[in-house]
Amino acid sequence: MKEVVVLSGKGGTGKTSIVGSFASLAKNKVLADCDVDAADLHLLLRPETQEKNEFWSGQAATIDEDKCTQCGLCQELCRFNAIKDYKVDPISCEGCGFCSHICPADAITMKDNMSGHWFISKTRYGELVHARLGIAEENSGKLVALVRQKARELADKKKADYIISDGPPGIGCPVISSLSGADLALLVTEPTLSGIHDLERVYEVCRHFNVPALVCINKYDINESNANKIEDYCQQQGMGTVTRIPYDNAVTEAMIHGIPVVEYSHNGLSSKIAALWDKIVNKLGG
Amino acid sequence: MIISVASGKGGTGKTLVATSLAVSLKDKCSLQLVDCDVEEPNDHLFLKPVIDKKEPVAIPVPKIDETKCTFCGKCAEVCAYNAIAVLPKNVLVLPNLCHGCGACSYLCPEKAITEEDMIIGVVESGHAGNIDFIQGRLNTGEAMPVPVIRKVKEKVSPDKTVIIDISPGTSCPVVESVKGSDFCLLVTEPTPFGLNDLTLAVETVRKLGILCGVVINRAGDNQGKMEAYCREQNIPVLMTIPLDTEIARLYSRGITLAEGMPRWQEKFESLFRHIKELVDERSSSLKR
Repeated sequence: MKEVVVLSGKGGTGKTSIVGSFASLAKNKVLADCDVDAADLHLLLRPETQEKNEFWSGQAATIDEDKCTQCGLCQELCRFNAIKDYKVDPISCEGCGFCSHICPADAITMKDNMSGHWFISKTRYGELVHARLGIAEENSGKLVALVRQKARELADKKKADYIISDGPPGIGCPVISSLSGADLALLVTEPTLSGIHDLERVYEVCRHFNVPALVCINKYDINESNANKIEDYCQQQGMGTVTRIPYDNAVTEAMIHGIPVVEYSHNGLSSKIAALWDKIVNKLGG
Repeated sequence: MIISVASGKGGTGKTLVATSLAVSLKDKCSLQLVDCDVEEPNDHLFLKPVIDKKEPVAIPVPKIDETKCTFCGKCAEVCAYNAIAVLPKNVLVLPNLCHGCGACSYLCPEKAITEEDMIIGVVESGHAGNIDFIQGRLNTGEAMPVPVIRKVKEKVSPDKTVIIDISPGTSCPVVESVKGSDFCLLVTEPTPFGLNDLTLAVETVRKLGILCGVVINRAGDNQGKMEAYCREQNIPVLMTIPLDTEIARLYSRGITLAEGMPRWQEKFESLFRHIKELVDERSSSLKR
């Protein structure tokens, strides 16, 4: 079983539309949505929830007003400025528990935090593991790790050939959590200066974690000279040939209809995406 | 006044709006542009600032003096992030898991733990013409953007007009960046993904008690649902930017909309006036 994760660095380059299409094209796979704080894959795959689970992670401090002597030690020692006027700001609290260990009046306790939900759902393309981080919550990296673990368990049980994950934007903890230990990263970029800049950074993260990468330039025809620059960069880095996908309104139209674009449109765009999936399968040695 | 530019979904045009707003206002008021998208900062590509100061951002991570350590295990017990493992004859520190809270060094009974700085990113400051420019940059391979964002925000001068560009999403980096703003401009696109993520962004901003308004980017004839949502939620739609390949091409070359199509400057100025009215209205209603 092989795992491919779709990343981009920059947001909005088309990761989810591509993963939705792979869902339709690939056989015998489990799908995972690793973008847990702004998940969108469900809008294309229209899952039917089979299992909903709470995600408990991290803790937040609470101060017992009756016991608190207002000595101020917790406020002085908290490095996250999370305690003001002997009250904890749950948004700033990082749950380190330092205050609870040092409070001389034993007035601070740490309470477990329910920070989201994760789901196993049925879609017409097979199972999807996805999650929803609570608003303004932390620990998205841990929730991503959990989504991947559940996807792997499911893939083992079903003897699936592939796990296809839709990753989050950026390069920080949820990205690292989506990437580390995967077999391949597909980096979806666009031919803009931002797209190039962000691609280079996310590719550095791939190298850091020793995950091989393939690149796809979405909407390449918005700026062909930038598309050529990306291609040159990928060649220099030894990433092999780059897939170019043209700008096409069908992507947005398919999204509005809630179906993967390869099912909505049968023009050049869809054949490019199909060829990209074949390339991934090849690269994964499947 | 601090205006943050956020979105939920990535790639909706935060950078386009933040940089064009800055360029349109630069001769009208004393302005600071702050790029808090430290994972993928892009504003510099459009403003091409002169950077004259780079300050490394470090978090304090524990360093164990094994000549003093008795391997009692207290540090590992108090570490909420499993960043320390105490073995019978040595101690393993996993700096990438450390949040730098300082509990281990303070609570070590042998005073065997000191802290050393681990550099995770940089804060760069400079100027682009008369715009004060600040950005943070997380080093690739590092997981924690929040300490870099905190350092960037220490540079915010609230007596100026401050525009903060925020990363996509709704979790901790977004909260840390948006916190303390007078207004949050939410940039979205009229697609199902855009609407889904806008509703999440609105929940986040409301949880922080910050006033917000919407900019609809890449608008065509399909934003009915989005406008209906905004009406229902009583969120003003302050600007609409059409779906236009010319705008996309300018963006691809790193040219702000305000410079590439100067007629937009007036629209961004009026966007700013509108925001200012909403902020003033709220502060006077809070005083009453």
